[in-house]
Amino acid sequence: MSSAREYSPTGMAARTAATLFVFVIIFTGLLSGAYLWTKPAIEASAAEEKMKLVDEVLPRSEYDNALLEDTLTLPATPELGLSESSTLYRARKAGQPVAVVFEAVAPDGYAGKVKLVVAVRTDGQVAGVRVTQHKETPGLGDYVEVKKDKNKARPWITQFQGMSLAQVAAHDWKVKKDGGRIDYYAGATVTPRAVTKAVLKAVKWAEANRNQLFAPPGAPQ
Amino acid sequence: MMSRDEFKTIAGNGIWKQNTSLAQILGLCPLLAVTTNAVNGIMLSLATILVMAISNLAVSSLRNFIPHEIRIPVFILIVAALVTVVDLLFNANLHELYLVLGIFIPLIVTNCIVLARVEAFAAKNAPLQSTFDGIFMGVGMLWTLALLGAMRELLGAGTLFGGIDMVFPSLHPIQLLPESYPSFLLALLPPGAFILLGCMIAWKNWMDARAAVRAKRKPPMPVATAGCN
Repeated sequence: MSSAREYSPTGMAARTAATLFVFVIIFTGLLSGAYLWTKPAIEASAAEEKMKLVDEVLPRSEYDNALLEDTLTLPATPELGLSESSTLYRARKAGQPVAVVFEAVAPDGYAGKVKLVVAVRTDGQVAGVRVTQHKETPGLGDYVEVKKDKNKARPWITQFQGMSLAQVAAHDWKVKKDGGRIDYYAGATVTPRAVTKAVLKAVKWAEANRNQLFAPPGAPQ
Repeated sequence: MMSRDEFKTIAGNGIWKQNTSLAQILGLCPLLAVTTNAVNGIMLSLATILVMAISNLAVSSLRNFIPHEIRIPVFILIVAALVTVVDLLFNANLHELYLVLGIFIPLIVTNCIVLARVEAFAAKNAPLQSTFDGIFMGVGMLWTLALLGAMRELLGAGTLFGGIDMVFPSLHPIQLLPESYPSFLLALLPPGAFILLGCMIAWKNWMDARAAVRAKRKPPMPVATAGCN
């Protein structure tokens, strides 16, 4: 830094800029290298992650196709609370449609959106629901997430399993406080209410679009 | 090499005297967001220890090549690039650990503790000392955040080590207070973190003041660092 005196102001500026440029080149190179080197492994584990989530809502024994590759792209669907397009996965066994797995969003959680993944069977029955993302109060409303639920034997969210509009009338898809049949834990009703509403909407939507969702493979969409 | 005394000074500064959370009051943003339980606090601190050790080592090794005028952009470049590389490597090679620590690593990029230590220590000291400084600053943060997280969850929900099952699936949170304990929401929300952190700072100052009276001399003032969040 003692050599700074030998430079004119312009020369000094150019020298500083050049130094900064060299650092940028080196570290951008480092970043690109690391990105390219780790990309295959990261993509593989991302696919595995997705399958883990699907496994929670739909047992693998129920289908035999490569579910992650049999997809439908959903446009932004207000009925599901989706403001962006998302991917729907179709499960089949021996070529016959079994169930669909898709995203839904409860827009009215206590602290913003609660994101869900829902699996609905061909007969309109809920195969499973899981919360994937939420900002609900820790220790209060977050029991909609299985991991945070203190009831490990029968987590709250599993109540929806096996429910269908044919068995349970639409007006019963409410928390008990609102006159429905869904349990909730005292002290936090806003979150379960929002999730219940979103699950009902998802089931109704699957019912309304069943011809398209459960089309045989190769059929025009 | 490093003398024993030097090592002791660095460790003492990191763990107590210049404790990031209690004396330098840095990195409050992740602190408030994360310490809703002890496990999260510990995990964030572990990720911070790793990042601070690496970035202090890198900056200290390169310190003679960095012009003084543009040191801050270069430091930011180095820290951000290294954190991203660590993040990618974790994601690819240690995926299980990444799932636990991963969400905390991007939080650290924005953490001014890293930049503060790089500027205040690594830019002026040798690589070995700088690496130890990074580690011990992180260790100081570790016990502070663990204690703060434990107090918050104990007051807030009556449990200890909530979320430990995410790290070690075989372990379960400890229910210290009876199940019927009504949740104390304030402790779980950010204002509760501020209040408890204030109590911890007061406790540290009281301990220091008591030690000073005992030693019959004033303790050296902690080095002031650039204030940020």
